Amino acid sequence: MKIKDIQHLKECTRLFSDCLSRQKKRVLVCAGTGCVAGGSLEIYKKLKKMIEDKGLYVDVRLQEEKEGIGVKKSGCHGFCEMGPLVRIEPYNYLYVKVKLENCEEIVETTLLKGQPVERLMYKQDGKVYPIQEEIPFYRKQMRIVLENCGHIDAESIEEYIAKGGYHALAYVMEQMTPEEVCRVITESNLRGRGGGGFPTGKKWSQVLAQKSPVKYVVCNGDEGDPGAFMDRSIMEGDPHRVLEGMIIAGYATGASEGYIYVRAEYPLAVERLKKAIEQAREYGLLGTNILGRRFDFDIHINQGAGAFVCGEGSALIASIHGERGMPRVKPPRTTEVGLWGKPTVLNNVETFANVPLIILKGSSWFRSIGPDNSPGTKAFALTGNVKNTGLIEVPMGTTLREVIFDIGGGIKDGKAFKAVQIGGPSGGCLTEQHLDLPLDFDSLKKVGAMIGSGGLVVMDEDTCMVEVARFFMNFTQNESCGKCVPCREGTKRMLEILERIVAGKGTVYDLELLEELADMISNTSLCGLGKTAAYPVMSTLKYFRNEYLKHVIDKKCPTGTCIALRTFVINEELCRGCGKCARVCPVGAIEGKVKQPFKINREKCIKCGACREACPFSAIEEV
Amino acid sequence: MNTTIIYGKVDQILNRYGNKKSALIAVLQEVQKEYHYLPQEVLSYIGDKMGISRARIFGVATFYENFSLEPKGKYVIKICDGTACHVKKSIPILNALRKELGLNENKRTTDDMMFTVETVSCLGACGLAPVITINDKVYPKMTPEAAIRLVKEIREANRLED
Amino acid sequence: MAGTMIIDGQRVGFDKEKNILDVIRKAGIDLPTFCYHSELSIYGACRMCMVEDERGRTMAACSTPPRDGMIVKTNTPKLQKYRRMVLELILSNHDRDCTVCEKNGRCKLQELAARFSIKNIRFGPLCKQLPVDESSASIVRNPNKCIMCGDCVRMCEEVQGIGVLGFAYRGSKIKVTTAFERPIAEVECVNCGQCAAVCPTGALVVKNETSKVWDVLNDKNKRVVAQIAPAVRVALGEEFGLKPGEIVTGKIVAALRKLGFDEIYDTGMAADLTVMEESREFMGKLEKEENLPLFTSCCPAWVKHVEDKYPQLLKNLSTCKSPQQIFGALIKEHYKKIDEAQGKETVVVSVMPCTAKKYEAARPEYRNNGIPDVDVVITTQELALMIKQAGIVFNELEPESLDMPFGLASGAGLIFGVTGGVAEAVIRRCLKEKNPGALKEISFSGVRGMEGIKEAAINIDGREIKVAVVHGLGNASKLISSILAGEKRYDFVEVMACPGGCIGGAGQPIPQSSLVKMQRAKGLYDVDRSSQIKRSEENPIIMALYSGLLSEKRYLLHRYLHHQK
Repeated sequence: MKIKDIQHLKECTRLFSDCLSRQKKRVLVCAGTGCVAGGSLEIYKKLKKMIEDKGLYVDVRLQEEKEGIGVKKSGCHGFCEMGPLVRIEPYNYLYVKVKLENCEEIVETTLLKGQPVERLMYKQDGKVYPIQEEIPFYRKQMRIVLENCGHIDAESIEEYIAKGGYHALAYVMEQMTPEEVCRVITESNLRGRGGGGFPTGKKWSQVLAQKSPVKYVVCNGDEGDPGAFMDRSIMEGDPHRVLEGMIIAGYATGASEGYIYVRAEYPLAVERLKKAIEQAREYGLLGTNILGRRFDFDIHINQGAGAFVCGEGSALIASIHGERGMPRVKPPRTTEVGLWGKPTVLNNVETFANVPLIILKGSSWFRSIGPDNSPGTKAFALTGNVKNTGLIEVPMGTTLREVIFDIGGGIKDGKAFKAVQIGGPSGGCLTEQHLDLPLDFDSLKKVGAMIGSGGLVVMDEDTCMVEVARFFMNFTQNESCGKCVPCREGTKRMLEILERIVAGKGTVYDLELLEELADMISNTSLCGLGKTAAYPVMSTLKYFRNEYLKHVIDKKCPTGTCIALRTFVINEELCRGCGKCARVCPVGAIEGKVKQPFKINREKCIKCGACREACPFSAIEEV
Repeated sequence: MNTTIIYGKVDQILNRYGNKKSALIAVLQEVQKEYHYLPQEVLSYIGDKMGISRARIFGVATFYENFSLEPKGKYVIKICDGTACHVKKSIPILNALRKELGLNENKRTTDDMMFTVETVSCLGACGLAPVITINDKVYPKMTPEAAIRLVKEIREANRLED
Repeated sequence: MAGTMIIDGQRVGFDKEKNILDVIRKAGIDLPTFCYHSELSIYGACRMCMVEDERGRTMAACSTPPRDGMIVKTNTPKLQKYRRMVLELILSNHDRDCTVCEKNGRCKLQELAARFSIKNIRFGPLCKQLPVDESSASIVRNPNKCIMCGDCVRMCEEVQGIGVLGFAYRGSKIKVTTAFERPIAEVECVNCGQCAAVCPTGALVVKNETSKVWDVLNDKNKRVVAQIAPAVRVALGEEFGLKPGEIVTGKIVAALRKLGFDEIYDTGMAADLTVMEESREFMGKLEKEENLPLFTSCCPAWVKHVEDKYPQLLKNLSTCKSPQQIFGALIKEHYKKIDEAQGKETVVVSVMPCTAKKYEAARPEYRNNGIPDVDVVITTQELALMIKQAGIVFNELEPESLDMPFGLASGAGLIFGVTGGVAEAVIRRCLKEKNPGALKEISFSGVRGMEGIKEAAINIDGREIKVAVVHGLGNASKLISSILAGEKRYDFVEVMACPGGCIGGAGQPIPQSSLVKMQRAKGLYDVDRSSQIKRSEENPIIMALYSGLLSEKRYLLHRYLHHQK
């Protein structure tokens, strides 16, 4: 069915929401990557079958005017730690860690009798939280961009339309000129969510101003930062919102073709987007004469093939062109010379997902959220040693403390907070002293970190910061395209030095060398990947210099993470001289006479710890 | 290698993309799906058909992590070493699997062509860290022991099939 | 856009410069670069040309367009520090056996390391231990000396349109290599050597065969015959500080005699024979209207390119041998009986501006009973090296004249060394009017000049002949596409693989600016202007050969093998 015009769209919304309201009960099974891995699709199938068997099942395509129970595969609810998740409306119960064998109880007790299954509900500090929105993890969040994620069927355009989807598109086409759309976006001060924080409205206006008859809209879904999955969740959970944002961008800038570049590691996102594009074409929301007006727009999907650097604009475009994803020198900017050499709007997924809301609710509404210079909300992937890992959305300017302790529930296993890595390998680490820092573009920049795409990896007291720096450097080094000298040769040398330090072979002089390299790489690299490659090292050197010094001077790793810096000794008082340790030692580093205390030869010891595990008397200690 | 190249299949893939130079990456992905790696002959064939120099195709095929110019095992195990998985101890899982299968950094595929073990930078399943995937199925919250158990189960299942 | 910017406190106007690097260099500041070449696209990878603006921000000069009122500094302590670090990082991963490197003394990396006083490399060890590729007859590729500036890649792809070299892998594992890392000799390399001409280090060098020449010069049983290609005489002087384009034929002859060559001749004489044969072939084809256009075949890189990429055009390629091979075949035939009688062996050494000539001389079809027509090919640069090795003070040599009979060439034979020269020589031969006005008319017909693709229309016997002249194989490919697509129709097409023709060959001294090639071209046209014999058919040696040695052996001038390949 093609939606003929704006009036028709409004009728569709009425029709679909009527149908939706006839679903007296709705079961939303999380079908994000996390819960799918936990078996949520089997749970979905089983629930659906059980409800079908009872004759209560209602189709998700909202075509029939029938009452009953809707069972849907929703997008990511964000609370991945507790998956698989099942939400039941209208009660808004959230069942966590659901297993296949719980299905019957859910159907019988909740769906048929309307009773909660307390056993499946989230509990924290002895308290049971039946309602999803009341769970501390959700309570402090402000879900605007993610409002539909977990609440609608991710594979149904009808549900998106029922919730008012594509009305922003209709509004701009009916009421606004392209210039006006650019102005509203500019006024909203929406800044790019991909990391740089460049004003979106400015970018769009630049493209609109270009005279070229052919222009493009490109959506960057190459979310490669390790520890970040916001964009994946949006693409999987609310794909139509991304499409709508892109179509509006096309209208606003005079482009008639769009590309979504999704990294190959996100097969589910690709599948959902493909389905969404097909549906949008079917409804005439993509294609020619959209909503009966003289505006054509279509969207293609390009899959990455495994290269982090393709998140950089010019590399991403090179990759769509079928070339090696190597960034090129700028200027010219992508807004002048982008895809196929034409002016191009390039924004990331979350940025596009913000657009429909700004259109519908206005730029002043958007600016009322968060600080002046970074308005709106931001989705973060909260991971690492935090109790509640998952996907969250908070107003910009929320403090780290609120995110980690209120939403994240604090550090796991009662350990102490040590640091949080923000913005992935291009970001920096923040410490105790930054806990009350508001999370927004400019505040973070001041302390040498960046929001990046929004990964927040929490680290506890057991984490060795030198090792963390080495880990990130290893990542960037692996992902460097190899084009410019500072990034290609410099990161390799930095990694070598860091490897030397964690192996106990570093010197104080190495720290100076690291700083010298870091300064040069940041100031001379060709693209953003190189320019930020040294940030993790710079920030750890700044905030955890002592830890580095311990590694290079005392040859000790305070957290015991760096194996080469461990020292094992045999406590002579506890040793009974059984010789078990000597027998398991793979390098023959332990010697001694039976029934007398054994000794470890430090020169030979490879610090594998086999002896300690073998010792029946716990006589082997790490000092 | 023993793979017999059926160029008809490659032609089908090329036809689907209309020999457009920009489709190179998509074409390589489909070819890899077909052969589980990118055989040299096929790359040369594609280059000639698409009018792209062989050096260029080789450059693209070696740039992206997902492409392999060597045959892979029947089961491709990817250990996620993204930040979240790393801080939740993904490397011990990698080491355990390598030890179990007699592999190392340079030798990634077992001689019987059953298993390939590699790392991947981030699968975006950070909430379930540490994760591994076996032929794209995600296994959450792994431990070295659980990973080895999975390998043993696969071996056993294959043995029974034979 | 024109304007003024302030560079290191000095006001510098700019006009058509696309980037501030050009403006800075115009201001007399030699900002260092590895990956910037005005004729190639901007790559921006070496980061040596970083400059600082008034706010202390750094940017690469090669990729920043000039703006009116822009203020930049090019030599701050910070920039010096960064440049040193770039050099140190490159050197830390570079095979540093400078003293035994072919590029020793001409290496950009070595020069800049010296200029920036790099005394200590704090990183290491060297990561690369890759095999050296010596498979090619023309070039040697040592990946351990590659600094990934990509100059060769862009030259091969953008200018020559071949794309034999490319980047493979990524990050610190990145390599410049051929498809599947095959040896150069096994890929579609045309041996033009332009990659080596732009390589700043010893990663790509022209194969040095001077030792072979020394060996034969010291062998009393060998009659060593030299042939000098036209383009050599207007470029060799540059190696000794003389102006580009200065004609040093006489000094070259004197030097070769001092080196011990027995006889010294001119490849231009053989070029006259090529003109005669090619004109005959052309008029024949024109009459029959078959296999037109006729493509010239004196450039071996071009011939290889046709074989690799356009086998369907082999029938359009002239069957004439190149002047080098005609000369070799002729000399060997000439001395055949004499050698037998004297118990000697004649060795032909070519001095060429070209690297592909090494490959051409080694082709199997140019062997007669296992004996090659041309034994050794050395480039202009290699000859300069031999002169230096012998301690000859080139600039003080008294000019001497070439030997007879094979040392006499017409002006037509000598302009073979510049783009448009072969076409012009053939037109001179084909045109019935032989007055000086006609010569002038030809020279203004459009065949001369440095545009990539030139067109000319000449009236021969009342028929308008369409001529195209291309240099640079990238231009050749463009022209061929338009011919194959039926958009263009020509009767005669001259192709030279190197930009500018042979004067821009990769065996020549490396030109420091595009002006150099124009000066060399002028030098060759000067030679033509001052020669008494302007047309090949007027060369008395040619006439004598046709009635003598060649009367029954015209086959010596043609090759047929490449058609069967």
